[in-house]
Amino acid sequence: MNATFTLDGRPVAFSEGQTILQAAVAAGAYIPHLCFHPDFKPHGSCKVCTVKVGGRHAASCTTRATAGAVVESDTPELNAERRALVQMLFVEGNHFCPSCEKSGDCKLQATAYDLGMSTPHFDHFYPDRPVDASHPDMLLDFNRCILCSLCVRASRDVDGKNVFALAGRGIRTRLIANSRTGRLVDTSFSHQDKAAHVCPVGVILHKRRGFETPFGSRVFDRKPISARADSTAEIAAVEADGS
Amino acid sequence: MTYGLETAEHPEKLRRVAIDPVSRVEGHGKVTILLDDEGKVRQVRLHVVEFRGFERFIQGRPYWEVPVMVQRLCGICPVSHHLAASKAMDAIVGAHRLTPAAEKIRRLMHYGQMLQSHALHFFHLCSPDLLFGFASDVARRNIVGVAAAHPETARRGVLLRRFGQEVIRLTAGKRIHGTGSIPGGVNKALSAEERAALLADIYDMVAWSRDAVALAKELHGKDPALYNSFGVFRSGFMSLVAPDGAMDFYDGRLRARDDAGDILFDQVDYRDYRTYIREEVKPWSYMKFPFLAQLGAEKGWYKVGPLARVQNCDHIPTPLADAERREFVDYAGGAPIHAPLAYHWARMIEMLHAAETIKDLLHDDDIVGDDLVCTGERAREGVGVIEAPRGTLIHHYRVDDDDLVTMCNLIVSTTHNNQAMNEAIRHVAKRYLSGHELTEGLLNHIEVAIRAFDPCLSCATHALGKMALEVTLVDAGGAEVDRLARHGDGRVSRDRP
Ligand code: SF4
Ligand code: FES
Repeated sequence: MNATFTLDGRPVAFSEGQTILQAAVAAGAYIPHLCFHPDFKPHGSCKVCTVKVGGRHAASCTTRATAGAVVESDTPELNAERRALVQMLFVEGNHFCPSCEKSGDCKLQATAYDLGMSTPHFDHFYPDRPVDASHPDMLLDFNRCILCSLCVRASRDVDGKNVFALAGRGIRTRLIANSRTGRLVDTSFSHQDKAAHVCPVGVILHKRRGFETPFGSRVFDRKPISARADSTAEIAAVEADGS
Repeated sequence: MTYGLETAEHPEKLRRVAIDPVSRVEGHGKVTILLDDEGKVRQVRLHVVEFRGFERFIQGRPYWEVPVMVQRLCGICPVSHHLAASKAMDAIVGAHRLTPAAEKIRRLMHYGQMLQSHALHFFHLCSPDLLFGFASDVARRNIVGVAAAHPETARRGVLLRRFGQEVIRLTAGKRIHGTGSIPGGVNKALSAEERAALLADIYDMVAWSRDAVALAKELHGKDPALYNSFGVFRSGFMSLVAPDGAMDFYDGRLRARDDAGDILFDQVDYRDYRTYIREEVKPWSYMKFPFLAQLGAEKGWYKVGPLARVQNCDHIPTPLADAERREFVDYAGGAPIHAPLAYHWARMIEMLHAAETIKDLLHDDDIVGDDLVCTGERAREGVGVIEAPRGTLIHHYRVDDDDLVTMCNLIVSTTHNNQAMNEAIRHVAKRYLSGHELTEGLLNHIEVAIRAFDPCLSCATHALGKMALEVTLVDAGGAEVDRLARHGDGRVSRDRP
């Protein structure tokens, strides 16, 4: 338990088997991340958590911490790379923050601000992704899915339901509701599921509650995303409030 | 931390699908003047593109998102759309009577919007024109010119607008793209500090609004021949009024009068608007032509906005503005005033009323209350109507059992004035067109006529004398005789076949 590595020059203690990001979160140090959630096995898909370990690029959420490792994270070079990744996520979906109810409570938006992203830079894909409003309590707005698979993991590993799945591959990968009709209402999904409280963006939404929180009181109004190691629990608390 | 992404200064860069219909209002206002066999003006057409595409876009979206999303319809008075949509959604969630706190916060937001919009229109867009004259040097006819010649007037204009924006920020959460109004109520009240900060300034705002009415009146009085006759035509009026006939911008029932000022209908529940208002489509304009069913398409067009409201109501429920209203009505000896340039005077009376109302609301303890939302029995259809700065604004939605919008119909203020603007231009063209050549003077006058209505077109929000405008002259045989355009940068170009 006394083993440490350095993160941007500061020592971070870790225990056997922890990844760099897990150890950083446990120590209260922020490394940008989107598809990581402290309760789940890392998935390593968004690459926003990429750091340099001994000068080499590595996804910190999946890379084991080793004693004495020299990890760089908050550098202009790495942040520029992260910014480009986030910009790509913006153009691959339809993210229109001004009318999104998750605005201010969204990790993608908060990360974009934190990385100083001012425009999406790339050309928009404008994918056509209709919403699924079939469920009485929950709405799925696929326009904003960043394919982090947290809902898939939560439903499978915690709820024991397999409500969500990623289908297709490469650029065609998309999130689906796992039922014969493909509609959420035909799954066993409930608004109390863990999977109803893990989406880092504005896809899995509790119906009829949008915009209840005024500006100034939303998660990332209170402090920027980089002010805490991980904001997952705070976001989940927002979703949990009325359900 | 600021949320630049939410304010969408360049929304077109975020999502084209959504923005296309909105950006279509960009660009030139196009006017065609059609001549008859004798070379006289027969008809004038103002071609505008409106927001129809938006109605389609909102379909399939969850209803609670609509009050926030519709603000993208208009960069000038987004709060009006925010509130009209919220009122329609109140009906959807069964909130037939809001809590006192919610209703008053929404009113505060709306009257703040009225104040800032009227101040912007008068001081920034029109005062250069009115103070220096329509024919004066274009280089001087802007707010900078006003600031040089009338520094105090310009300063107050800026501060009045800023105060209105501050009221909006504190009630909606942000100056633009706020979220304060939600189905069934609001998401925040005012804090004691916010209330105190607004109270500290409101008395200046009332006083300055009073002076602004005096200024508008004085300008009118200096050149009555121009103000009373420029672009004049007769038509009916329509607006909401309170149950007791008082002026009310936030809620009420529909009242319409004919061109002689006689009541056509009164205290009409706005949910029945389709029984009273029909819409005609004309092939040469994207903007529909609404008319009063009672009078038919030919004669049933009408004016909305300040000129309509000030004359349509029985009284204004704040004393200073009501005194001004009486003077306005007396000016024409009780007969309805139809002069487009009288809009400016009426608009300032409304600004004064907005300031007085804000003052009263700030003294009401309900605005710091905490009972903010209510709901009732769910409905599938909702209509929300509000008096926006430019006139009656109608939002109408149907929502299915899955909470998604299936139908949306909007009649925006500028659309009500469509025929009226065409008429005003026709009168101006008749008077100022000579021969077969378009002149810059004519272009100026057409612009002044359009702008009096404060239309919600981005072409009309460019600085004065710089409105992007293209006028085409067509003879009886349908051939183009002349074309004159002024571009956004003030350049004038002629394109004669
Ligand atoms: S719906 Fe949300 S949680 Fe699920 S994959 Fe998409 S972004 Fe991740
Ligand atoms: S958080 Fe590590 S790859 Fe997404």
